[in-house]
Amino acid sequence: MSEPVIELRNISKTYGANTVLHNVGLQVESGEFLTLLGPSGCGKTTILRLLAGFEKADRGEIYIGGQDMRVLPPEARHVNTVFQSYALFPHLTVFENVAFGPRLKGVRGGALREQVADVLRMVKLEEFAQRKPGQLSGGQQQRVAIARAVINQPRVLLLDEPLSALDYKLRKAMQIELKQLQRRLGITFIFVTHDQEEALSMSDRVAVMNAGRIEQLGTPRQIYETPDNLFVARFVGEINTLQGQVIAVAPPRYDIRLHDRVFNLKSQYAFAVGDPVSVLVRPEDLRIWREHEGSDEERAHLFPAAVEEVVYKGSMVDLIIRLDQGDLLSTTQFFNEDDAAIMNLDFRVGERVFVDWVHDWEVILPHED
Amino acid sequence: MTGKRLVQVAYLLLVYGFLYIPIGVLIVYSFNDSKYSLEWRGMTWEWYETLFDDPDLLQAALNSAWIATLSATAATVMGTLAAVAIYRYQFFGKQLLNALLFVLMMTPDIVMGIALLILFASLSLPLGFWTLLLAHITFNIPFVVVTVLSRISGFDRHLLEAAQDLGATEFQIFRRIVLPLLMPAVVAGWLLSFTLSMDDVMVSFFVTGPTFEILPLKIYSMVRLGVTPEVNALCTIMLGVTLIMILMAQLLLREKT
Amino acid sequence: MRIREPFKLIAIGALWFWLIAFALLPNLLVAVASVLTRGDNEFVVFTLTLSSYRRLLDPLYLDVLLDSLWLAAATTALCLLLGYPFAYLLTRSPVRWRPLLLLLVIVPFWTSSLVRTYAIMIVLKTQGLLNQTLLGLGLIAEPLELLYTESAVILGMLYTLLPFMILPLYAALEKLDPRLIEAARDLGAGKITIFLRIVIPLTLPGIIAGSLLTFLPGLGMFYVADLLGGAKTLLVGNLIRDQFLSARDWPFGAAASVLLTLLMGLLLWAYYLSARRANRGLP
Repeated sequence: MSEPVIELRNISKTYGANTVLHNVGLQVESGEFLTLLGPSGCGKTTILRLLAGFEKADRGEIYIGGQDMRVLPPEARHVNTVFQSYALFPHLTVFENVAFGPRLKGVRGGALREQVADVLRMVKLEEFAQRKPGQLSGGQQQRVAIARAVINQPRVLLLDEPLSALDYKLRKAMQIELKQLQRRLGITFIFVTHDQEEALSMSDRVAVMNAGRIEQLGTPRQIYETPDNLFVARFVGEINTLQGQVIAVAPPRYDIRLHDRVFNLKSQYAFAVGDPVSVLVRPEDLRIWREHEGSDEERAHLFPAAVEEVVYKGSMVDLIIRLDQGDLLSTTQFFNEDDAAIMNLDFRVGERVFVDWVHDWEVILPHED
Repeated sequence: MTGKRLVQVAYLLLVYGFLYIPIGVLIVYSFNDSKYSLEWRGMTWEWYETLFDDPDLLQAALNSAWIATLSATAATVMGTLAAVAIYRYQFFGKQLLNALLFVLMMTPDIVMGIALLILFASLSLPLGFWTLLLAHITFNIPFVVVTVLSRISGFDRHLLEAAQDLGATEFQIFRRIVLPLLMPAVVAGWLLSFTLSMDDVMVSFFVTGPTFEILPLKIYSMVRLGVTPEVNALCTIMLGVTLIMILMAQLLLREKT
Repeated sequence: MRIREPFKLIAIGALWFWLIAFALLPNLLVAVASVLTRGDNEFVVFTLTLSSYRRLLDPLYLDVLLDSLWLAAATTALCLLLGYPFAYLLTRSPVRWRPLLLLLVIVPFWTSSLVRTYAIMIVLKTQGLLNQTLLGLGLIAEPLELLYTESAVILGMLYTLLPFMILPLYAALEKLDPRLIEAARDLGAGKITIFLRIVIPLTLPGIIAGSLLTFLPGLGMFYVADLLGGAKTLLVGNLIRDQFLSARDWPFGAAASVLLTLLMGLLLWAYYLSARRANRGLP
C-alpha cells in the first residue's frame, strides 16, 4: 500500500471550554476524493483549517506527504484552499487573482501568462481574465477560486463547502465539474459539506463526523447501505427504525422479533438472545401491499398499516404510514412505466395497506438510546 | 398623500435652507464691491487681493497647512497600522483601547485643549509648533482609526487567509491585499484629518504660542473685531478648501472595491 | 511569529503610548491640578484643597454654570426637535437622491464651526440680512438688536451643532428595520404607540449619541458665546478659558473641566446602556 498523502494522528482541539475535535485519526490516499460530512459544529471545518495551517492542534500530529505540519506555516505547505465565500481579492482582476500564487513564487512574464491561461482554460474562463470578481456570477467566481487554488499544483486541495452559495441547478452542474477536474488533475481533494447527497455523489470515501469525532469512514455505498451506528444511518439519508429483540441466535443469522412477528435476519454484529436491537430500513426498501394484493400466507409476514400522508414528488411518491402497532414509517415508491397498469400509485389518505421490506437490505444495530 | 409629501419636502428644504443660506450670504458678500453696505454693488476680487497682500496672514495660512499636513500624515500612519492590528490580532486590553479611542473622539475640545496645555506646561515644553503638532496628531488619530476600521471590518476574513494559503508572508499580505483594499479609507482618513486640523480653533487656542500663528486663530481674532469683506473672503477660501477635501473623502469612502 | 510579532508590537504599542501620553496622562494631570492651590508665581502650588470645587458652587459661578447648562440643554433639545424628523425624512427619501442629501449634511459637519458662526453673525447683525428682510417685509419698523443676546447664542449653537445631531440620528434610523413598524401596525398599534414603543427605544442610542455630540460642545464653545453673545461670560467654556488665559487660576479652570469630563462620562454611560439594550436580542 502506498504511503498516505495525509495522516492525522490523535488530533484534539479545543476552543475555550468547547472541545471541537476528540482524538481524530484519519488517513487519506493520494488522488482520493474524500468528503468530511457532518452537521454544523461537528469539527469538519476545523480539520480543514488544521490542514491548511490556519489553526494549530492542541494535541496530535499532522503529516502531509510525510512532512510533519506542526512546524510548517500555511504559506509553506503544499496545500491550497477553496473558501466557502470564495475569498477572491476584489481589487484584482481574474487574471491577477489566479496569478497571485505563482507570482509569489517568482514566476514572471510569458511563463506566468501561460500558466494562468492554462488554468483559466481548464475552468472555461479564458474570456473573463480581465474582469474583476464583482463582475462575475456566483458560479464563475467559484471557478476562479478553484483556478486560483489549483494553479500552485498543490498535493492536496481543501474545499470548504464550496458549493453552498450556489443555487440547486448550478450546484448539481458544479458537482460533476469538480469531480471531473479532480480526475484530470489527480490531486487529492478534501471536501467539506453538510449535504449528504453531495457527499455521496462525489466522493471516493466519506468521513461522517459528529461532535468532534469521525463516526464512520467508508465508501458512499458502505456509508449508506451499512451504517455503523444510528447517527450515520440517520444523517445520511432518511431511514426508518423498528425496535426489536433477538430471540434465537445462529450467527450470522438471528431470529428477531418485531412486534408480533419473527424474522430471520443477517447481521455483522454478534448478538445474544434477549438483546434489544434496532432494525433500520431505508424508505425505498419498504414495500407497500394494497389490500387486495398477496396471498394470506404472504400476509402473515406483513404489518398492517394505514396511509397517513401522501407526498407527490414527480418521479416518485412518498408515503407516511402508521403501523397498527403505532410506528410511523416513511416510504418512497417509484413510478415504474412498464408496470403502470399493475402498480397504481394513487394512494388515499386513510387507506389500509400492508408493509414489509426487501429482505437483506435492512441493517441491524445494537439498540441505542 | 401629495399634501403630506409636500409638507415633508418643504420641511427638508427649510432645514437645508437654514444650513446653507448663511454660508451662501457669506460667499456672496465676499465678492460684493462695497465695504459696508448690504446692497449688491457688483462683483469684485478686491477683498481676495487684500488677503494675498497680507504677509502675516499668508504665513499663518502656511503654518496651518504645514501643521495639517504633518499631523494628518502622522495620524494616518499610526491610525492605519493600529486599525489593521486591532482588526487582525487579539491582544490584552483590546477592549480598553477601543473604549479609550471612543472617549478621546467624544471629549469636548475645550477639555482636551486645557488637558494638553497642563501636560505641556508640566513638561515645560514651550508652546508653539511642536505642542500644536502633538495636539493635532492626538485629535486626528481616533478619526483615522474609525474610518479605516469601518472599511476593514467589511472585509471577508478569509481574504487574508486566502493570501496566506497561496504562499504570501505577513508582509506580502499587508502590502498586496490589505493596503490596496484599504487605500480609499486611508486617503479619506488623511483628508478628514487635514480638514479637522485646518479648522481647529479650540484645542489650538490653548496649545499654541505667540511665535507660531495659525489661520483659524488669526480668523478668530479678526472676526472678534466684526464683519468685514476681507474676513468674508478668507472664510470663503476656508469653506472652499474644506468642501474639496470632504468631497474627495466622501467619493473615496463611497467607492466599492 | 516571524514578521507578525514586531508589526503587532509596533502598531499597538505606538497607539497605546500615544493614548496614554496624550489622552490619559493629561486628563489625570487636570484632575490633579484641580485639587491644588493657585500660585502667585507658578501656575499651581502643591497644597491639596477642594476649594476650587467649592468655588464652583459660589453663586457668581453657579449662575454661569446653570446658565451654560440651560443654553446647552436648550440647544440640544432644539437640535433633536429639528433633527429627528429631518433624519427620518432622509431615511425615507428616494434612494437616488439620498447620497446627495446626506452629503449636504456631511459637508457642514466637517466645516469649520468658527466660519459657520461668523456666517450667522453676518445674518444677525443690525445691518444684516434678517433685519433687512424683516424691514423689507414691513414686519418691523426699525432694526432689531439680534446680536449679543442669549437667543443669538442658542441660534448660533443650533446652527453649528445641528449636523452633529442629524448624522447619528440618521445612522440609527437607517438601521431600524421597517418590517418592525409593519409588524407593529399589523398587530394593531397606532402611530403614537409605534413611535413611543418601537421607534424611540430602538433609536435611543442615536438620540443619546447625537445629544452627546451637541450638549458637550454646547457647554464649551466659547467662541460662539464671544461672537454672538457679547462680552458676558455665558458658557462654562468661557469660564474655563478665562481661568487659563486672563485670571490665571488653573486649579479652578481644571475643576470646571473635571466637571465637564464627569458629565461626559455620565452621557457615555447612558449611551452604552441604551446601545446594549437596543442591540439585545438582535443577531
